[in-house]
Amino acid sequence: MLAVSEVSLKVREGEIFTIMGLSGSGKSTLVRCLNRLIEPTNGSILLDGEDICLKSSQELRDIRRTKIAMVFQNFALLPHKSILENVEFGLKLRGEVKESRREKAGMALERVGLSNWSDRYPDNLSGGMKQRVGLARALANDPDILLMDEPFSALDPLIRADLQAELIKLQCDIKKTIIFITHDFHEAVKLSDQVAVMRDGKFVQMGTPEEIILHPGNEYVENFSREMDRSKVITAKDVAQTGATPLYADMAADSVLKRMKKTGKQFAILVDSDKKPLGYIFRGDLENSTELEMKVGADFQRQDEEVISVSSSTIVGNLYFQLSQQLPLAISDDKGHVVGTMDANDVMTHLSQAGQYTNIRNSAHAFSTDGQISGESHLTINCFDKVVSS
Amino acid sequence: MNRLPDEYILPIADIFQNIVNWLVDEWRPVFQTLRWPIAQVLDAVSDLMNSLPFWLVILFFLIVGWRTAGIRNGVFCGVSFVLIAFMGLWDEAMDSLSILITAVTFCVVVGVPIGILAGRSNKFWAVLRPVLDVMQTTPSFVYLVPVVMLFGIGTVPGVIATIVFSMPPVIRLTNLGLRQVPAEAIEAGESFGATEWQALINIRLPLALPSIMTGVNQTLLMAMVMSVIISMIGAEGLGLSVLRGIGALDVGQAGIGGLAIVLLAISLDRITQGLGEKSKQAHHELKPRSLLGRFRAARTGASDSPASMQ
Repeated sequence: MLAVSEVSLKVREGEIFTIMGLSGSGKSTLVRCLNRLIEPTNGSILLDGEDICLKSSQELRDIRRTKIAMVFQNFALLPHKSILENVEFGLKLRGEVKESRREKAGMALERVGLSNWSDRYPDNLSGGMKQRVGLARALANDPDILLMDEPFSALDPLIRADLQAELIKLQCDIKKTIIFITHDFHEAVKLSDQVAVMRDGKFVQMGTPEEIILHPGNEYVENFSREMDRSKVITAKDVAQTGATPLYADMAADSVLKRMKKTGKQFAILVDSDKKPLGYIFRGDLENSTELEMKVGADFQRQDEEVISVSSSTIVGNLYFQLSQQLPLAISDDKGHVVGTMDANDVMTHLSQAGQYTNIRNSAHAFSTDGQISGESHLTINCFDKVVSS
Repeated sequence: MNRLPDEYILPIADIFQNIVNWLVDEWRPVFQTLRWPIAQVLDAVSDLMNSLPFWLVILFFLIVGWRTAGIRNGVFCGVSFVLIAFMGLWDEAMDSLSILITAVTFCVVVGVPIGILAGRSNKFWAVLRPVLDVMQTTPSFVYLVPVVMLFGIGTVPGVIATIVFSMPPVIRLTNLGLRQVPAEAIEAGESFGATEWQALINIRLPLALPSIMTGVNQTLLMAMVMSVIISMIGAEGLGLSVLRGIGALDVGQAGIGGLAIVLLAISLDRITQGLGEKSKQAHHELKPRSLLGRFRAARTGASDSPASMQ
């Protein structure tokens, strides 16, 4: 029987790669294979190009002491050691002198906001605090890679949300490569740069959270993504009506009206020759006018309304207020050029369509379980298996 | 009588006899060597115990009992030793105490490493377990026969018999303690690159300590029992005064001997139990607790319970 089979992935430096799966899917086995707490049966694990599987036990110990640290579901703190001693445990194992390990442990505790608790014992702490200590212990080692095995699963929902937010905040600061294991699809989507959905020891889909929610690869993944609030992952760019020629201010009014009738829109955004947003055109104004051969910008541009312009990477879920104004939003790229427009109707249409895997069978959004991620990979796991008896 | 005719009786007694004879003849130097360290330690401990003024010993047990098992047990220990002194059994009690200290020391020094090996190796445990079973089911009297044959009579052979008789609990409970260390604690150590030795010192032994202390307590009680029985092979101590009392049909002497043994046993049991409890609770409270802090906590009834700190 295979606990993990034919799994390949590449993780880039500084990204959070989440392996999401239900219990028994092999995710915990997989993560333990990465630091060889469980020996993989075959395959390779490349860390900065070197295969961990080929290391001697001494080399492996050095890797565990300096490069890979782990955070556990049940915290796995040592009850007979104080919080500070727990945090400095990894440093003590690698033989650092007392002063330097105290200092590093103190800094790690400060990061997780538990400086005042350093003399207490794990039994004095709540679950959330214990896991902060677990995180501090891993961070004190200053590893390149953090393996987090369902770190927040044993916590209450509110504490979990707190710690998730804190991990995101911390990650901005520390930029570790994190392999995160969870059974919670929401958590996976919230935290990760890449998500792999695992089932029966295999990856069923791998991609960014957006890809997985918007384009689930099969019914299994769709069952998870259906529950998700898609507006929290889709960006303005996904929804925006793009591709059409923008409406320039020097176009004739009648051709603009024709365009608007064709698309059925009541409002449009005018741009200047540099694609910067100028103002709104109301279809009513054009229809009530008889002088349609004039340039549209001169007579019909509304002066009283400022165009609302948002970045193309803005999450749609954060734009509800702006969308409630009825007027379309200008979607602009980094340079401020308008690349498209979007109104509430577009969002509704998009949300109602996306996320059904049948819709994308033939679409260009192909998914792959082999994780072809461009860019330099930091950790690579090639097609490796873990066989378990029985 | 339901007895097989003599010609059917297997010569097992002869076999035993021959084995012991052979051991005595061939292995005598080995047994004499084994005897040596035990004799040294026993002499040293016994000299110390007998040279200390009795008020100092009483004060020592009062304080040790108090610090390990609370003020009530401390007072109990102190009163017990005062009673023993006033029963005129002080020297015998100190002899018994020396035997116990020596025997328990050797049991711990030898038994804990054996228990660690057993806890780390299923094969070793599979071999050791029946041996321990035999050791524990063998009646205490039976130990005396080979001990007398191999080591002679007197206090030192008595201590040897006591060591052999009372070692199994500490081995068993060390083994058990090591096997009960939570897997996640071991895994955490492994994931941070602990060597086998580092894991033993930093994780396994500290977490197994409560169990090991229970083992030491049990071993001490076994040694207590044996220290009385070895009076039959000439070992000194409280047991001897009981034996003499019985021999002379002097109920009074046997009675006070027995009472002194009980007082000594309860005192030592409380102290070692207290140590075991302490090792369990060590991480539940704030560690460096001053003497004054203890008094204050006891007076106000306030405790550093985990719940109050959430």
